[in-house]
Amino acid sequence: MTKSVQQLADGRTSQRDPRLVRGLAEALARRDPGRKLRFMHVCGTHEHEISRYGLRRLLPPWLEVIAGPGCPVCVCPVSELDLGAQLGLQGKAIVATFGDLERVPARLSLAEVRAQGADVRVVTSAAGAATLARSLPGRQVVFLAVGFETTACTTAAVALADPPPNLSFVLSHRLVPPALEALLSHPALALDGFLLPGHVCTVQGTEEYAPLALSKGLKMAVAGFEPADVLDGLLALVDRVIADRPGVDNCYTRSVRTSGNTAARAFVARVFTPLDAPWRGLGTIPRSGLAFTEEFAHLDATSRFGLTPDRSLDVPDRACRCDEILLGLRTPAGCPLFGRACTPEHPHGPCMVSLEGTCAAWYRHPPEPAELPAARHDDGGQR
Amino acid sequence: MSQPRNIGLAHGAGGLLTDRLVRDIFLRHLGNPLLDRLGDSALLPGALLGAAAAPPGLAFTTDGFVVSPRRFPGGDLGSLAVNGTVNDLAVAGALPRFLSLSVILEEGLALEELDELVCSLARAAREAGVQVVTGDTKVVGRGAGDGAFFVTAGIGPLRPGVPELLPTPQPGDGILVSGPVGDHGATILALRSAIDPGPGLRSDCAAVTPLVDALFAQGIYPAFLRDPTRGGLSSTLSELAGSSGMTLRLQEEALPVRREVEAVSDLLGVDCLHLACEGRVVAVVPAAQVQAALAAWHGLPAGAGAALIGWIDRQEGGAARVLLQTRMGGLRVVDRPAAQPLPRIC
Repeated sequence: MTKSVQQLADGRTSQRDPRLVRGLAEALARRDPGRKLRFMHVCGTHEHEISRYGLRRLLPPWLEVIAGPGCPVCVCPVSELDLGAQLGLQGKAIVATFGDLERVPARLSLAEVRAQGADVRVVTSAAGAATLARSLPGRQVVFLAVGFETTACTTAAVALADPPPNLSFVLSHRLVPPALEALLSHPALALDGFLLPGHVCTVQGTEEYAPLALSKGLKMAVAGFEPADVLDGLLALVDRVIADRPGVDNCYTRSVRTSGNTAARAFVARVFTPLDAPWRGLGTIPRSGLAFTEEFAHLDATSRFGLTPDRSLDVPDRACRCDEILLGLRTPAGCPLFGRACTPEHPHGPCMVSLEGTCAAWYRHPPEPAELPAARHDDGGQR
Repeated sequence: MSQPRNIGLAHGAGGLLTDRLVRDIFLRHLGNPLLDRLGDSALLPGALLGAAAAPPGLAFTTDGFVVSPRRFPGGDLGSLAVNGTVNDLAVAGALPRFLSLSVILEEGLALEELDELVCSLARAAREAGVQVVTGDTKVVGRGAGDGAFFVTAGIGPLRPGVPELLPTPQPGDGILVSGPVGDHGATILALRSAIDPGPGLRSDCAAVTPLVDALFAQGIYPAFLRDPTRGGLSSTLSELAGSSGMTLRLQEEALPVRREVEAVSDLLGVDCLHLACEGRVVAVVPAAQVQAALAAWHGLPAGAGAALIGWIDRQEGGAARVLLQTRMGGLRVVDRPAAQPLPRIC
């Protein structure tokens, strides 16, 4: 038992106060950029919180927030998920995974291979996988290390803390800035700015983003995850657009420092080296993945078990339009695969994998503007 | 990328896959007019039972209990096995009377633990006014079960005086819940995730019969009455939206959720509306009866936290759905969980 529920409940911030949130929404509505603005966030948790609190309904009509490639689980290529599935099916190792990776469709999802007899266990951290391995010294344990900078440093920390010899890793970590850069190279880019992920920046800091913002003339703001945090970030972005001032605002100062968590960054730098890596639906992005440095190469499950990822599984369907949907250049309805070859059960690209992805959301709840009339506060029983 | 060929955990989560499993396998082979209704209990009309039973008939149900851990704050496998089945009968409008108990035990289970579980089961049965009148014991080898599984079936007469044709939900009807939601699910999830539930978090495991009695005693016959167990409030209400073709509008501000439940949900990245209750009731009643129903519940210890959480609305184009007006003034769709709640990383 680590922390009691009481402590967790007591630790909540005021950034969830409805009055504060409504005040920020009103402040946003008073701004007048004179045209439509479109911002992208690149974080699954941002999308989760925006959906959960229905924040899009609070935004002025000229402001649109779209979901970028922010879910590391969704962008994890099928070939790497398949390594875990094969290890499990062949009985070579216990596969330790984050819960939300378990259901991600691949040739066979991890939930499906467990149903076929593989030993697949849910852990909540890389450290949890190490604990599992220590408790079962006679078995091999392979941790499927997915996630952005946020979780890469926890994998590195385990690698540096004398990991048990029966633990190894399938590395599927991905880095956010190279992905942003790749998306930004699209000639028809139609974005006014980025809401940057607070968790990633807590680890990595904001230094990497400033040159990107300045070279592309972009507006960026680091935001936290409570409703008021998200609106704080959007307000900063809108003000930057109105003033036409490219650059990065840190609106999550209670967690993010310019240089990030230097200890965590040092761990990552020592344990990993960047490499070109495939993203589901987006193709290979230069220097967007991580490999073990030579000192830690023995922790790599692919070499330990003589596996090679079958990259033919990653060739995106040429008709897949995830990149354009991610950039807001196209709606799901404009993708020839949407709803036919590509469904939540058989997704092609990341937009359909995550429940919070643009395509999955459209699939479940096709937008019908007339269908969501302005919410009324006191509409019960009076009609 | 194919349809699953084996049973996965998601088949048991009460979502889309459970639906498909029930229809494609069980109903396909076993379907009959009584089963096809897929109610929490089968309603056996007096006429079908012949002279042996007086009208209006009986309700009959069964449920398997495989909770892990077997003991948790607020209950255990034993009390859950009674209350789960009792509650299915109660919300079907029946008076729970008799249970069967079938236990499947794994080699190695401590007798002392079994004794405690059955002692707790007996206490829950006394409190719920039911008797266990038949049973079975099976032991499986080590590794072939997870300690202990309990299966109960329950039977009881439908309440006399309840109109045979209950009303269907109408626009303007109120949606009530008898107390805070998600307590049971959050307690179990916290324990499984090595989070100390502390003094503020415990399962709501209890018989809901008194809550149902209180409504019927006031002549309130809800158009919809359910105990939101697997899949939580969101699953129960999505089902109602689907079956009634109505849009449901909920107010987050009015939803009773304990801060401890919210804290667990936040930490693990699950939706507290997806978390199971084991002692709550959701009822849909006409607007004119909302206050009377709330008063009836507030008069009971188990209903002290009862609240009006939303209203039935006309469907306005597209599919019927459950819409939640958030505390912040936003609006979101409340969905059935796709599978069992798992901690998320992103």
